[in-house]
Amino acid sequence: MRYANHIAVAAIAASLGTAAWAGEIRVQCYSDGNECEVTAELAKRFEAQNSDVKVAIDKVPYKAVLEQLPVQLAAGEGPDIARVTDLGGLSKYYLDITPYIKDPKYWEANFGRTLPWMRSSPSDKGIYGMMTQLTVTGPYVNKTLFEQANVPLPGPKATWDEWADATRKVAKATQVPFAIAFDRSGHRFSGPAISMGAKFFDAKGELVIDDGYKAMAKKLYDWNKDGTMPKEVWGGTGGSTYRDAFEEFANARVVMYLSGSWQIKRMDTQIGKKFDWVAVPNPCGPAACTGIPGGAAFVALKRTKNPKDVGRFLDFLASEPVYTEYMARTENIPAHEGVAKKGVDYKISPQSRAALSTFVAEVPKLSPVAYQIQGYKLNRAIFNPTAARLGQAIVGEITLDDALKRISADIDEQVKAAAK
Amino acid sequence: MAERLRWLVARRGVSRLDWTDWFAWLYLLLGVVLMFGPVAWLVLSSFKTPAALTEFPPRLLPYGQKSAVVAGHAEPLPVYRVKLPDGSVRELAELHRIGIQATLVDPVAPEREFKVNIRDREPVREFQLATGNYSEIFGKFSFGTFLWNSVFITIVATLITLLFNAMAAFALSKYRFKGRDAVFLLIISTLMIPPTIILVANFLVVSELGLLNSLWGVIWPAVATPTGVFLLRQYMLTIPDELLDAARMDNASEWRIFWRIVLPLAAPALAVLAIFSVMWRWNDFLWPLIVLSRTEKFTLQLALNAFQGELTTQWHYLLAMTVITLLPVTLVFAFLQRHITAGIASAGIK
Amino acid sequence: MRLAHAALDVVDVPMRALQRLVGVPRIGWLFVAPNLLILGLFTFLPIAIDFAFAFTGGVELYPSKRPYVGGENFATLFECTDYLDPSTCRKDLFWRSIFNTAKFAVIQVGLMVVFSLVTALVLNRRVIGRGFFRGVFFYPVLLSPVVVALVWKWVLQREGVLNAFLTGAGQSPIGWLTDASWAFFWCVFVSIWAHMGFYTLILLAGLQAIPSDLYEAAEMDSASPRRRFVRITLPLLMPTLIVVLVLGLIRAVQVFDEVFVLTGGGPGSATMFIVQFIYQTGFAESIRLYGLAAAASLVLAATLLVLTIAQLRLTRRSLDNRPATRDG
Repeated sequence: MRYANHIAVAAIAASLGTAAWAGEIRVQCYSDGNECEVTAELAKRFEAQNSDVKVAIDKVPYKAVLEQLPVQLAAGEGPDIARVTDLGGLSKYYLDITPYIKDPKYWEANFGRTLPWMRSSPSDKGIYGMMTQLTVTGPYVNKTLFEQANVPLPGPKATWDEWADATRKVAKATQVPFAIAFDRSGHRFSGPAISMGAKFFDAKGELVIDDGYKAMAKKLYDWNKDGTMPKEVWGGTGGSTYRDAFEEFANARVVMYLSGSWQIKRMDTQIGKKFDWVAVPNPCGPAACTGIPGGAAFVALKRTKNPKDVGRFLDFLASEPVYTEYMARTENIPAHEGVAKKGVDYKISPQSRAALSTFVAEVPKLSPVAYQIQGYKLNRAIFNPTAARLGQAIVGEITLDDALKRISADIDEQVKAAAK
Repeated sequence: MAERLRWLVARRGVSRLDWTDWFAWLYLLLGVVLMFGPVAWLVLSSFKTPAALTEFPPRLLPYGQKSAVVAGHAEPLPVYRVKLPDGSVRELAELHRIGIQATLVDPVAPEREFKVNIRDREPVREFQLATGNYSEIFGKFSFGTFLWNSVFITIVATLITLLFNAMAAFALSKYRFKGRDAVFLLIISTLMIPPTIILVANFLVVSELGLLNSLWGVIWPAVATPTGVFLLRQYMLTIPDELLDAARMDNASEWRIFWRIVLPLAAPALAVLAIFSVMWRWNDFLWPLIVLSRTEKFTLQLALNAFQGELTTQWHYLLAMTVITLLPVTLVFAFLQRHITAGIASAGIK
Repeated sequence: MRLAHAALDVVDVPMRALQRLVGVPRIGWLFVAPNLLILGLFTFLPIAIDFAFAFTGGVELYPSKRPYVGGENFATLFECTDYLDPSTCRKDLFWRSIFNTAKFAVIQVGLMVVFSLVTALVLNRRVIGRGFFRGVFFYPVLLSPVVVALVWKWVLQREGVLNAFLTGAGQSPIGWLTDASWAFFWCVFVSIWAHMGFYTLILLAGLQAIPSDLYEAAEMDSASPRRRFVRITLPLLMPTLIVVLVLGLIRAVQVFDEVFVLTGGGPGSATMFIVQFIYQTGFAESIRLYGLAAAASLVLAATLLVLTIAQLRLTRRSLDNRPATRDG
């Protein structure tokens, strides 16, 4: 069969040429704000310094990275480097760049906390990529609406219920349709869930949904039911499709929006000065006041034909001066410990600066459970069903109890399949 | 004269207007509104500024906020109609807004500043065509590339489709070989196989052939259309066999007969198939979605779909892209409508 | 033109040789060959591979790397305590999508045939600008599914023009796409809007094939318009109607493109149809279950086969029972 295929390939001539030439590496990139544009410029600088390498940046929508890159990789196709968020899920395709970088110890020292997220098992010690940001989830609030309604902003130790009350009051006073919105994402949901006591893992280290998780699920369900949250976001689409609630917040249809630090640049560009948007500390639950870390990384892929060049390019991006510049221009929190310690001089609007410092201050408050679930290879097995099933419950298709049962069943099915 | 007038009010009934006539006219009118209305609304909306698009209820025509040039400011400032504390209403330009307070000035006398609650001002609108929506997308989204990909796929696939289907139809209509009917049934049976059920497997085949992320990976699987073979065969059956026999007696090869005699005679059916093929390939969505994942290979439909997720806050770009995507098909339709509708009608009669 | 003739002559030489080799009748195979090759590679081979997927498990893409699991995928799909209640099924989304698809197919085809028929009847009259109106109804057929979905999404948004009319009339806006029943309604509506023109034209051609002297004869017998319709039009149009029904049903069961962009299957899974389930299971989820998707695909194919055969049987029966009212 293979033989016939080869003949067929030879016979079916013409444009098969998407293979990289020697000395060319393709980078598949998606932007939260302007990451790919900045990467492209840095790539040009790299090319100037290394005339034997060409770096091509493919900018794609986030959907493509989520849905199409995995299939490409499974078929043995794809780029040499990709900017991905499902760090654990794609780990079987990563290339260990330890032999291709100048100083692995430098990487360990500066990226040590996030390198495990890309490893396929605890005993794995490889270096597979570089975090282009450290993101933290947390809420944005429309301060202008609070001022108009004459309601004081709740303090840093306020609970989710207190925030719900305050934003409901504001929404009523300013005739804004909804009080709170969450992105339709299991990842976003995890922060508040952990605050409510979710531990995600049982004693055996397997995924489980416990009382903390269920408590937050009930809150989400109730808030959608009583009109605190807009049903369109979690209920408006099907399956586990990702949908953010940025539009609702940007159009001032919601007072408080749980998203994360990667949206700062987008807020700056698209909202700008229309109203005062501020980031606030994560509200508290009985167990914690936490968000969940995350971020996208440039990962090296096994299928590359130019591993040396991949190593060189990633080394270039990981170097202190380049990384610092990258952070400053994309308005992201650095995952590079050295850069974080020295601090980044962000040349950004005062609003962005304030938001960024709020998020940076959240980093030390992150619960260890949050790091655990983010680093777990199969975290999609719980994130995806969370969005899908709670969405179904919110539109009344199934009961909340049924949804929770189904989430457990979905987790089991996916984990079992991945283990085969 | 009277004859012509009679045509104008042609009706079922002999002299009175029947209820069916009224119904017919109303129905047709409703049809025009319903079929063209949403598209017309889309086109109108594509010329609105982002701010105008978020307005509710929306205005019919594109309006943008008026702006005024004020001495000492590089950019023109937006103009609002302001209710001042003394009760008067004036049109002023806004310097900036902090919190719920806006600071405005009179464009001609900018020294005096007015501080007003944002509730007491509303934007002044004027008719504005936001052509920037169109010009900007070419810069932002490598639109030219998507356009080229769609055009390439459509034209090349159509040419190959015409050739292969004509050859197959020729064989099935003009020859008698063992297994001919079985082959015909085989080809027709594929009509019943929804492309989706072979999606993953087809993906595997295409990837093994090295056609993933190639425009050819979209073209090759699409060229053996059973509808095309059926259509052409029906038509070719009407070509008299005597013509072929005469050519054979003149020692023409079969290939020559195909090219020189049958193809030209089948031109009307080929034209219909060509139009169908253009329509199908231009609008292909699911299969290219699976095969193409590099943005530079995206077709217009894929780009539109991909960016509709990204651009939920940027409907103005999305609308402009949509209009451009439906423009070619609309133009083809406007000019070739008669042929298309006639072709489908004749194809439908089995 | 000269280039084409040159190309023709170049190909002619080997073709003549082949012709001498196999003889004129068998050269038909040569002409059919390219088409068959394409179909073989991209339709029949994948069907075979689909079987391979359906009987294996795991998450690998290549069948050779997948473990054999027998009928487990099918068992998973069909594991239900009560087949009429999707929430008791293990793969509740599979069953929900089946019920949605069945509901959709019946309603959409039914309504579409009715509207196409009415439109064809109206267009069959001698109205001025008939060509223009024919084009009007056909225009949406030319639009791509993504465009169709976006056109209507823009109209049906919470702050879209439809709600503008509502608020203008003093009502409160409705979430057209976020309410389960309305979302389903709009899926049916948009689907009819986008495809009706095609079937209208087919029916129109069928209507025009009915000899007009039949109508004249009936008029002379002063038969009412309704009688004329039932006794003449309907029976003679029946074969065409059945064609429309069959084609429409086959297409309705496979609905995906425009509704996927319009509602994404939402709210919840109210507008999730079987093809979206297959697409999602096999492509869109983070952990892809190709085996399950292939198994579902085969179930769909089997259903379509049964449906089509049943319909063709009905066709033959109705054609045989048709009264002999045709001339010649």
